[in-house]
Amino acid sequence: MIRFDSVTKRYPDGTVAVNDLSFEAASHQITVLVGPSGCGKTTSLRMINRLIDPSEGRIWIDDKDISKESPAKLRRGIGYVIQQAGLFPHRTVVDNVATVPFLLKQDRKQARAHAMELLDRVGLPPQFAKRYPAQLSGGQQQRVGVARALAADPKIMLMDEPFSAVDPVVRAQLQDEFLRLQAELGKTIVFVTHDIDEAIKLGDHVAVLRVGGKLAQFATPAELLSRPADSFVAGFVGRDRGYRALGFTVADELPLHEESAITLGSDLADAPRLARDGWVLVVDAEHNPQGWLALTGVPDSALQGEVTPDLLNLGGTLAAQGGTLREALDAALSSPSGRGVIVDDDGRLVGTVSPSEVLARIEAHAEEARHAPAEIGTS
Amino acid sequence: MSPWTYFRDHQSDVLHWLWTNAWLAGVPLVIGLVIALPLGYLASRYRWVYPPTVTLAGLLYTIPSLALFIVLPGLLGTQILDAINVAVALTVYTVALLVRVVADALNAVPSDANSAATAMGFTRRQRLFGVELPLAVPVVAAGLRVAAVSNVSLVSVASVIGVPQLGSLFTEGFQTTNYAPIVLGLILVVALALVFDGVILFGARLLTPWQRAVRAR
Repeated sequence: MIRFDSVTKRYPDGTVAVNDLSFEAASHQITVLVGPSGCGKTTSLRMINRLIDPSEGRIWIDDKDISKESPAKLRRGIGYVIQQAGLFPHRTVVDNVATVPFLLKQDRKQARAHAMELLDRVGLPPQFAKRYPAQLSGGQQQRVGVARALAADPKIMLMDEPFSAVDPVVRAQLQDEFLRLQAELGKTIVFVTHDIDEAIKLGDHVAVLRVGGKLAQFATPAELLSRPADSFVAGFVGRDRGYRALGFTVADELPLHEESAITLGSDLADAPRLARDGWVLVVDAEHNPQGWLALTGVPDSALQGEVTPDLLNLGGTLAAQGGTLREALDAALSSPSGRGVIVDDDGRLVGTVSPSEVLARIEAHAEEARHAPAEIGTS
Repeated sequence: MSPWTYFRDHQSDVLHWLWTNAWLAGVPLVIGLVIALPLGYLASRYRWVYPPTVTLAGLLYTIPSLALFIVLPGLLGTQILDAINVAVALTVYTVALLVRVVADALNAVPSDANSAATAMGFTRRQRLFGVELPLAVPVVAAGLRVAAVSNVSLVSVASVIGVPQLGSLFTEGFQTTNYAPIVLGLILVVALALVFDGVILFGARLLTPWQRAVRAR
């Protein structure tokens, strides 16, 4: 647990970077600090490992006042990941990862062996170990950065815009892997970003800061979307928050319809028999949905040969059974047949659902939320 | 007379001069580097130290070598013909050349690497030896190569004040209007400079495997 207790950072020229900030980052959870440039989010982060000392107030880690600890010792117990990874160009990847164990004078051989395990954990093959950082792509460097932060098995990890310097595809990949890793490791993480979407995707709790270093709202992502504290937060959270909020509601009890599907490679002539409303779903041998086949206006004489992948419409997204309402609605809306495809954990077809059925679930859910007790006067 | 014949006739003298030239250039190089490293570090760490240090170093370098050779005995209390004067003078030049190089090399260490080191709990000293100095090696080595060849050629001037080394071949050539020792002297000075350059280059390569890996990409 990390607790900010009325922390203020004022620079000699009078600028206030952080203004009377109090919040608690819960153990084993991800707390995201988000806000525009100049909101003091990075300053706040850097106060946790004493790269910057507060002018007023205190920061506690598990009921220990960090101002009483030696900075170097404190920092060795806190993993730190920065934007450009900040790897040491003169050390190999494996030695970069083993940096803190080396500092702690641990057995070098053992430290390297452990570093190899960590590389595997962050998804880097062992042949990368002997390379130098400059020989890696940005995304790979960032993985090494995460592995390095994990090397001494710190309870706390601080991450300063770690994924913002890579392209959007790699970023989404790194975020997903980061969440998977966190599910295994359960570190106490404070994560800084200027990207509200990233904050909402990754955070268990999100602290929205405004320019001048004042806390605007501290809440779960779902709460942030459904009940922004003021117009600043509302504006910062952005448009279509109603839709994005659906991403936090599990779509249980969706009425699924059985969908007859045709297998790739089977006879095209069978398609009309299985189709509904002129569309038939195509699956592979493992029953994983591959796409939709349009039959409207196609004469029977044209239906010769096999069902091949190039005939398919790939427009529809898939929603996982037990996934969120947002996924289910998106699957239903994007499906060319109007039937959203739901799959199980192994990606196998379970059934389909219509947009109106998903909307009915959304309404039912909203109905419950409307009747939740109001918070007037409780702030 | 060919330079080769001259060499055969004066073999022991020439080899002795070559050796003197080598240590008169080499020892100041090493001592100069050892002195320039902490001075350069101070100039990089404290911003106010940098301008006066670099200006002073530049001024030192502009003192004509002959003048320094003649003034030093008075300052050091050494004999005017003592080779130590030459060594001290060249150490001064080496320091003058390298202080700025070291300071700039340390300033050029990527700030990402430095702040990451601090954030991971490096002490100042661990950061200097573990991150800053290793990353400064390529730039310092480049400066050292310039200082090395400059030292090798500056040593020749010392023959004017009577310290025998390869420069003696030139004075002898001028006095006897015989080109053979002059050509031989040029060949040996260049060869010696190339050896120094090669040794530094090799040492730097050993210390910076990471640079080659990046270039090979």
